Amino acid sequence: MRLKLAEADDLKTDHKIRDKIRERQGLVDNRLSELGVETVEVEQPRPYAFRYRLRYSGDTKQLATDIEQIEGAEVLSFGHALELIKDLGDATQVSQNYGLGDFRGTHAIGHTRMATESDVDIRSAHPYWAYPYNDISVVHNGQITNYWIMRREMERLGHRFMSNCDSELLAVYTANNLEQGATLEDSLKASIKEIDGVFTYLVATDKELGLAKDTMAAKPMVLYESDDIVALASEEVAIRAIVPREIDTSDPYDEEVRVWQR
Amino acid sequence: MAALTRAAPTKQELKSHEMGMHTEQLTGRTQQVFFDIDLNEPHHGFGLPDTFDVDFNKRGEIDASNMDAKQVNLRIRDMMKEGYGTIVLKNPGAKHSMAVGILNRLNLIIEGSLGYFGLGLLDGPNVRISGRVGWSCGENLMSGTILIEKNAGSQFGAALRGGDLVCKGDVGSRTGIDMKGGNIIVGGNTGAFTGFMMQRGRMVLCGNAGKNLGDSMYDGVIFIAGEPQSLGVDAVWGEMTDLDRGWLAEKLKKYDVMPKGGIDSFRKIVAGKQLWNYDNLEPTEKKMVL
Repeated sequence: MRLKLAEADDLKTDHKIRDKIRERQGLVDNRLSELGVETVEVEQPRPYAFRYRLRYSGDTKQLATDIEQIEGAEVLSFGHALELIKDLGDATQVSQNYGLGDFRGTHAIGHTRMATESDVDIRSAHPYWAYPYNDISVVHNGQITNYWIMRREMERLGHRFMSNCDSELLAVYTANNLEQGATLEDSLKASIKEIDGVFTYLVATDKELGLAKDTMAAKPMVLYESDDIVALASEEVAIRAIVPREIDTSDPYDEEVRVWQR
Repeated sequence: MAALTRAAPTKQELKSHEMGMHTEQLTGRTQQVFFDIDLNEPHHGFGLPDTFDVDFNKRGEIDASNMDAKQVNLRIRDMMKEGYGTIVLKNPGAKHSMAVGILNRLNLIIEGSLGYFGLGLLDGPNVRISGRVGWSCGENLMSGTILIEKNAGSQFGAALRGGDLVCKGDVGSRTGIDMKGGNIIVGGNTGAFTGFMMQRGRMVLCGNAGKNLGDSMYDGVIFIAGEPQSLGVDAVWGEMTDLDRGWLAEKLKKYDVMPKGGIDSFRKIVAGKQLWNYDNLEPTEKKMVL
């Protein structure tokens, strides 16, 4: 489990925040033991960010809901495979702070956000976890124009929103579809019809990586596929950072949905 | 009421119209400022573009591995100033805004791929790219040729005004949006809204096109050998003529992008001109005519 117990900016604005974080962490630990969760390891890569290794076979939705009742607490991710990290600062800085270079895995998605319609803080940053489902996260580039209509619909169904960022809707929407038994591909296809606006987004699950583009193809995406690697980015120069040679790439078209399995 | 009639077009004009070009003289007060630079007339900031005498046999190389776009663009300019007429750009690394604003005769050979806005605002050079280009390649090309061996991103040749822009692979969406002249030739497939609000010029699509091909086009011609998912608003099928076939044969042979079905597989799309009116009637007068 990854969680944060304060916003990064609280360190600058609240001189008692470190005491508050300690207090909140104590409440989290109490809550975990009350629910019978065994804590294997706790790391604190930043003063406000925590990584818990837990052993628990119960309902993770209930666990997340209980922890988020603690003031300032937000569960960023749950799962056997997923580790979700978000923070303020450029990619190099965040990577260094959290030791991303030492991560090992089959697939990863990331996002550097230029905030246009909601705040610059951790809660409005990508990726979004598809609360309360283990191992599902989303990054998105675009603007969703029926955000409030869809958000109210999702809230009526009992889903929670932590921010006012339209991208969060895609995570909640995906979570809702998967809860109804849809496959990731079905959910991506349905989103093109049901979500208005311009968007390109990626969904990562423990076994799959999915892509969907809107009907206008208004947001860029460059795709590189080889026998060894699948790489997608808004611009090819980002792919070149990991494949530093001449490569054949293409642009997925409008309404295109792709799913890769591990 | 303003006159609706024009003098009958000449034979030359008819030929031009058939090729999708225009010959009518626009009337009204011009915004253009004329001056004679030899007489030192004040020209209010207008200047002659920077052009250099270059020798195509003088060949130089730029290794862009450790250079940013601005450094590369300035280096190209400096080399043209030194008389280099053939420049080979190596290791562009898909960086953005490379090789822009070249207003000169030049053979530019790019060994690799470009990012967004590559080759924008060109007037005159002949460019060959061995890799791929990102979004908005060849935007506002005035003259010259750009030949891309692999794929291209969206907004390919946006607001093109002249010259030939050729991609042998597939291109993204909104190809030739708002183009005002010149030729765009695509060897593969193209995405949705290709030719959106096209005003003049010709587009040749050897593969298939996405939905809304030629949407809201004012004028110009689209030739397609494959199938469009759908035609856009006010885009209609036109009649292929011998002139069209001759022109296509010449261009496609030149760039070696002939589709499997040959010239006969091409169909033509033109503006229905139901959305746009070329008269100068006042709105009240227009109601009377309609």
